[in-house]
Amino acid sequence: MTPLFYVIIGIAVDFQNRKDIRFCHKDVYTYYMNKMEKALGELGHMDELAVQDSPVHGMNAGAKLLCTVIYILVVMSFDKYDLSGLIPMLLWPVLLYQMSGISVRTCFYKLRIVLPLVMAVGLFNPFFDKEIMLHVGNVGVSGGVISMITLMLKGVFCLMASFLLVATTPFDNICAALRKAHFPAMLVTLLLLTYRYVGVMTEELAVMTDAYHLRAPGQKGIHVSAWGSFLGQLLLRSMDRAQELYASMLLRGYHQHFHYAPVKPFKGSDAVYLILSIAFFAIVKYVNVSELIGMFFVR
Amino acid sequence: MIEFDKVSFEYESGAPVIKDLSFRIEDGESVGLIGANGAGKSTIMKLLLGLVQGEGKILVDDIEVNKDNLGKIRKKLGFVLQNSDNQMFMPTVYEDMMFGPLNYMVSREDADKKVNEVLDRLGLQHLKNKYNHKISGGEKRMAAIATVLAMEPEAVLMDEPTSALDPYNRRVVINTIKELEQTKIITSHDLDMIMDTCERVILISGGAIVADGRAEDILSDKELLEAHHMELPLSLSREK
Repeated sequence: MTPLFYVIIGIAVDFQNRKDIRFCHKDVYTYYMNKMEKALGELGHMDELAVQDSPVHGMNAGAKLLCTVIYILVVMSFDKYDLSGLIPMLLWPVLLYQMSGISVRTCFYKLRIVLPLVMAVGLFNPFFDKEIMLHVGNVGVSGGVISMITLMLKGVFCLMASFLLVATTPFDNICAALRKAHFPAMLVTLLLLTYRYVGVMTEELAVMTDAYHLRAPGQKGIHVSAWGSFLGQLLLRSMDRAQELYASMLLRGYHQHFHYAPVKPFKGSDAVYLILSIAFFAIVKYVNVSELIGMFFVR
Repeated sequence: MIEFDKVSFEYESGAPVIKDLSFRIEDGESVGLIGANGAGKSTIMKLLLGLVQGEGKILVDDIEVNKDNLGKIRKKLGFVLQNSDNQMFMPTVYEDMMFGPLNYMVSREDADKKVNEVLDRLGLQHLKNKYNHKISGGEKRMAAIATVLAMEPEAVLMDEPTSALDPYNRRVVINTIKELEQTKIITSHDLDMIMDTCERVILISGGAIVADGRAEDILSDKELLEAHHMELPLSLSREK
């Protein structure tokens, strides 16, 4: 009955444009979810993805981390006009997505907020670099367009690889691998807490936006006049909760080491994965695979 | 044994939150710390856990609470936070329960054994592999208690353990607290729960002790409670 009641209130409140019904029962939030709460659900879903069972999930976190870092470095090292050389780099993440059972669509869906930002890099290149570099049929393609597409693809490939790492490895294990690689403890703790605090901040944002909208009928978003105090409150509340969360970690013995993260041992299969991946990156980097394939068809 | 000896603390200079506080809690005692909002109950907990440092001396099993001994002290004291969301930060209940023992260098096998023992004792095996963000408030509170018990602390400290729980879950938590063998220090405004779980009550007001004695005596003293912004427990006010 209770969920039904809340759903009805939720619909009623929306229908009434939130003019007449005012409530502040905490449980209402559970049923009358706003976008922030959905975002929280998605954060939780990342944890679920990370503990699934697949050959990729079963690999050593250090090996995966190293491969991802090398992949990103290699992708970034391609020349801005080397579009054909870059494209085969897509094969590595796509293959691993297949092996891990995580669809590429999930990656793009989860990263839908950041992807446009990444894609925006190089957006102005076509205006500055107008020299025609190749022709597709009768249409000339300028260097600016090619460099724009290359930059976009670089961003997308790097995001795909990073997402794959986080989606197939619990975050604490990634931190444990970083510590094993002698990354400074302070830096790794900072990374871990940032990951934890994203959830805390989103939770507080969810509660605050709900409270705001229930007392601001008909408003879309948060009014500019309230931005200052809203952000200030959000920061203070998040800091309070973050402090308590960190205290809870300290009280249960956390001392910037990751004994609690079950790191999978480095096996022979991890070594094979590492060698094959690096070999693949080297081949794609130094041999233009696209050109090579093209040579079979065009003489 | 927990001992506060003339402990004082202030967040801002000139505004003491705790004033010259002295008391002693023996092993196995269940003590309720009660008082109005802002009386200093939570600060006492923080002082005991070394989360804030004040003046005076705090001893836990004759070990002084200071920067050098924090590891030893915190291993002895398990703290259940008021907001379980802040306590349960790992993806699953099981991983959260393993967090404490593994940090204290207990082997994975032994930690797993301990965790399963606690889950069995509290009847929470069904929560073991559940995701923290998918369990209810009552389940989360019980899981938070379980994470603390998995560390096998000598004393359990609880901050408002029954707040925001429905009557059924509140009863489950009370019964669990009653069954704990450890020393217990519980801060709460739920005086019926304190009555149910503690034999001794310390009433705090303005950072000082105004009453310390048997729970029945203090919790039935209407004048004393009302003088410090509290009321008789519901169960007693009905009888009267």
